[in-house]
Amino acid sequence: MSAILWQLLQIVLVVAISPLITGWVRLVKSRLNGRIGASPFQPYRDIYRLLQKEAVVAHSASWVFRVAPYVTFGAAWLAACIVPAFTTNLFLAQAADLIALVALLGVARFWTALAGMDVGTSFGGLGASREMMISSLAEPAMLMVTFSLSLISGTTAPAQIIAFVLSGGVGIEVSLGLALAALVMVAIAENGRIPIDNPATHLELTMVHEAMVLEYSGRHLALMEGAGMVRLTLFMALIGGLFAPWGMAQPGGDAVAVLVGLAAFLAKCFVLATALGVFETSIAKMRVFRYADFLGGALLLGLLATIFLYVSEAV
Amino acid sequence: MLIAAALSALLALAVLGVAAGAEMWRHRLVYFCCMIASLALLAGGIKHLGQTPGTGPAIVLPIGLPWMAAHFRLDNLSALFMVVVNLATAAASAYGIGYCSHLPEPRRVTPFYPLFLFGMNAVLIADDAFMFLVAWEFMSLSSWLLVLADHKNAENRQAAFVYLVMACFGTFCLLTCFGLMAGGQGAYSFPAMRAAKLDGVAGFLVVLLALLGAGSKAGLVPLHAWLPLAHPAAPSHVSALMSGVMTKVALYGLIRILFDLHGEVSWAWGAVMMAIGGITAVMGVLYAILQDDLKKLLAYSTVENIGVVVIGLGLAIAFKGSGEKTLAALALVAGLYHIVNHSIFKTLWFLSAGAVITATGERDLGKLGGLTKRMPWNGVAALVGAIAISALPPLNGFVSEWLIFQSLFKGPSLPHWAMKFGVPVVGAMLALAAALAAACFVRAYGIAFLGRPRSEAAAQAHQVPASMRWTVALLAALCVVLGAIPVTVTDALSHVVTPLTGVQFAVSADLGWPWLSPVSSTRGSYSGTVLVMTGAGLCAITLLLVHGFGTTRIRRADAWDCGHKESIPQSQYTGQSFSQPLRRVFCASIFAARESVDMPDPGDNRPAELKVRVVDPIWVGLYAGIGRVVDFIADRVNRFQHLTVRHYLLMMFSTLVIMLLVVAVRQSQ
Repeated sequence: MSAILWQLLQIVLVVAISPLITGWVRLVKSRLNGRIGASPFQPYRDIYRLLQKEAVVAHSASWVFRVAPYVTFGAAWLAACIVPAFTTNLFLAQAADLIALVALLGVARFWTALAGMDVGTSFGGLGASREMMISSLAEPAMLMVTFSLSLISGTTAPAQIIAFVLSGGVGIEVSLGLALAALVMVAIAENGRIPIDNPATHLELTMVHEAMVLEYSGRHLALMEGAGMVRLTLFMALIGGLFAPWGMAQPGGDAVAVLVGLAAFLAKCFVLATALGVFETSIAKMRVFRYADFLGGALLLGLLATIFLYVSEAV
Repeated sequence: MLIAAALSALLALAVLGVAAGAEMWRHRLVYFCCMIASLALLAGGIKHLGQTPGTGPAIVLPIGLPWMAAHFRLDNLSALFMVVVNLATAAASAYGIGYCSHLPEPRRVTPFYPLFLFGMNAVLIADDAFMFLVAWEFMSLSSWLLVLADHKNAENRQAAFVYLVMACFGTFCLLTCFGLMAGGQGAYSFPAMRAAKLDGVAGFLVVLLALLGAGSKAGLVPLHAWLPLAHPAAPSHVSALMSGVMTKVALYGLIRILFDLHGEVSWAWGAVMMAIGGITAVMGVLYAILQDDLKKLLAYSTVENIGVVVIGLGLAIAFKGSGEKTLAALALVAGLYHIVNHSIFKTLWFLSAGAVITATGERDLGKLGGLTKRMPWNGVAALVGAIAISALPPLNGFVSEWLIFQSLFKGPSLPHWAMKFGVPVVGAMLALAAALAAACFVRAYGIAFLGRPRSEAAAQAHQVPASMRWTVALLAALCVVLGAIPVTVTDALSHVVTPLTGVQFAVSADLGWPWLSPVSSTRGSYSGTVLVMTGAGLCAITLLLVHGFGTTRIRRADAWDCGHKESIPQSQYTGQSFSQPLRRVFCASIFAARESVDMPDPGDNRPAELKVRVVDPIWVGLYAGIGRVVDFIADRVNRFQHLTVRHYLLMMFSTLVIMLLVVAVRQSQ
C-alpha cells in the first residue's frame, strides 16, 4: 500500500520541482556571469504564461505535430516516475529497469525529432538529424553504464542497485568511477547542456534541441519545455540515486525515513544543479562534429567500466 | 490434415495462376485463395503450439528418391515458424488482392506466388534432408522468378543473377552440411541424424557450412550482398515476404541444425556467431542510413535485425555449450521473439512501401514527403511500425531487444575469457545498432510521411485500395499487442525451446503475469502492460491539466521558420542531408565516405555541387575480387573450348596416364 502512496508522491514531486531546478541552474549561471538573474521561480511563471497563449500551428503540420508534445512530456514524466528519488519503495519500480528507462527517453526523443521534421522547414530537419546523431552515441554509452552496474550489483533495476549499494556490498571501485563519468557525460548530452548544446541559443550553427521545437508555441511549447525540465530532474535523481544513494528510504521505512529521503533528494538536486551551473559557465560550446569525440569518449568509458571489473578481479 | 490440404491447395493455385491470363478478377481470386490457405496453415500452427509440447505424427509420402520416401513431421519449432510465416503470408496475400492490379505484369507474379508460399511451408515440415533441400530450392527458385517479375529493368535482371548465384552457393553449403551429418551410411532422415554422433572435424565443418548456407539466405554480413538488390526488385508484397519471412525460414534451418540435429555445438561457435551478429547488426543499419531508395533501406534494415537475432542465437549456443541451460533457453526465447516481431514489422513496412509506390510511383525518399496527410491509414500504421522497429517501448521490438540485453548481461558469468571481454563489446554493438535504427526510421518516416511534398507525385498522392489499408492496420495492431502482453508470448515460446535446450523454464520467474523477469524478480523486470496503462494515464492527466489551466485555442498560420519567408519544399532536409552527421561520424572509416564541394568562382553561372562518395568495402573487397578471379580463370579455361579433336584426345590420354601413375604410386606404398 505504501508503495502506491510513495509512487503518487513521486509522480507529483518530479513535475512540481523540475521548473525550480531549471530556474536554479539559470540563477547560478547569471550570478556567475555577473548578472542579477531572474528568480528561480521564473520557469513556473513562464510555463503558466505559455499555457494561456493560443497555439500557432503551421498549415503544413500534420497530426504528429500536435500529438508529439503530449507523448514527449508523458514519456519523460513516466521515465521520471520510475527512477527512485527519495525512496526505493515505488510501485512502478519493477515495471521498468534501466534498459527500459533509456528506451523511454528514446520514445520522447523519437517523437520530438519527428515533430521537428513535420512542418517541413530546414531548421526542424537540422535539429532532428543532429539529435539522432547525438543519441546514437549517448544511448549505447548509457547502456554500457547499465551493463557495468548490472555486473557489480547483479541487477538492472535501479531500486535494487540502490539497495545493493546502500547495503555496503560495494566499496570504492574503479569501474564505478568510470561509470559515473560516463553517466555524467551522457546526462549533459541528453539534456542539451553546454558543451553539447546550448539551451539558451537561437543560432542555427549551434542549436540542436531548439531547432526541433522552433515551430512550437503556446501550450505545445510549454509541454516541450516541461519535458526538458523533467528530464533534467530525472538525470539528477539517477546520478544522485545510483552513485550517492545516502539518505534514501528503503522498503519498510516509515514516514520519517521518507521525510529524510525527501530532504536528501532536494539537497542532492541543489548540489548537482549548482555544479551544473558552474560547469556550464566555465566551458565553451563544442563544434557539432566534436560531439562524436565527446560521446565516443563516454561510450569507451562505459565499456572500460565493464572490462575493468575483470581486471580488478584478476589483480 | 488441414495443413496437407492447404499445401495441396497452394500447388493447385499455382496452376490456376497460370490460367488467370489477363482477367484481373482471376488474379484477385488466386490471392484470395492464397490468403485462405495461409490462414488455414496459420490455424494449424497455432493449434499445434497450443497443445502440450511434443511432435505431431510423422507423415510418409511415397515420393522422392526411389529408395527413400518423403518424411514430414510437425513439431513445436516447425509450428512456431509456421505461425510466423503464415501470419505474414496471409497479410501479404490479402494485400495482393488490391495490389495486383497496380503491377506492370501481374501474370508474371501470380503463378509463382503460391509456389513460393508452398516452398517456405514445406521447408518447415520436412523431416529428412532430401525433402528439406528440395523445399529449400523450391523456395529459392520461385522467389528468383518473382524477383525477375519486372524483367525489363536491367537492374532487376542483375539483382536476379546475383540472387541466383548466392542461392546456389547457399544450397551447395547446406547439401554438403547434410551430407556430413548423414555420415557413411547415408542416413538422411532427421531422427537418424539426431542420433548420430559427430566427431571433431565433421562437427566443426557442419556448423561452418550451416552458418554459410543458412547465413547466406538470411543475409549475414558478408553474405548479405544479394539482399538489398533482390528484395527491392520484387513486387512489394513479395519483397515483404522475402525480407520478413524467407530470411526467417533460413534462420529456422540454422536453429534446426545447430540446436536440434547437431545437438552439441561448442560454446566457441556461440562466441563466433555473436561477433558475426554484432557486425551484421551495425553494418546493416549503417548501410540502411545511407540509402535513399525506400525499399533498399528496408532490405538493409532486415540485415540489421538478422544480426540481432543471431546475437541471441549465438548467446544461446554459448550458454548451452557451457552447461547453463536456463540462460540458453532465455537467450533462445529472446531470439525467437525477435524473429516473430521482425516478421511483423518488416512485413508492415514493406507493405507500406508498396502503398507509397502505388500512390506516388516513387520510392526515392528525396521525392516524397507529407504522405501522412494524404494517406492517413498508412501514415499511422507505418509510424507504429517505425516505433516498433526502433525497439522503443511499449511496442514489440523493444521487448525482444530487452530480453536479448538481459541475457547478454548474464554472458560474463561464463568462465571463458573470450565471453567476459567479448560480451560487453557485442552489447555495445547491439546498443549502437538499436540507437542507429531509431535514427534510420526517424529519417525514413520523417522524410517520406512528414514535412511538405518534395515532388508533384507526392503532392498528388491518393488513398490506396481498402485491402492495402486494413492489412497494414492489422499488422500495426499486432505490434501493439505483442508489445503489451509480452508474458503470454514468452510462455508460448518457452514451450518451443524446451526440447531444444532440455530445460523447462518460464521468463516470468516469480512475479507472474504481466511481469517479465527473466532470472528472478530482483534481477530486473519489465512489464509492457503496466507501462502502457501508466503512460496512457499520465498522458491523459497531462492533457486534462494543460487544457484545464490553459486555453484550447489553435490558430493555423504559415510556418515561422525563424522569420524566413515560406521557402520552397526543396529547402527541407532530404535523406542525404539528414544522414550527413551520421555519415561523417560512422561511415568515414568503414565506408570511406567523402564529401567534395564544387563551388564555382564568382561570376560563373555553373550551379554549385556537393558530391558524396561512399564505397561499400564488402562489395569492393570481397565480391568484386571474387568476380575478377572468376573472370581470370574463365579467360584461361576458355582456350580449351576451341581445340581440335587431336588435342582433346591427347588431353584424355595424358589424364589417363597421370591417373594410372597416381594409382600405381599409392599401391606401391
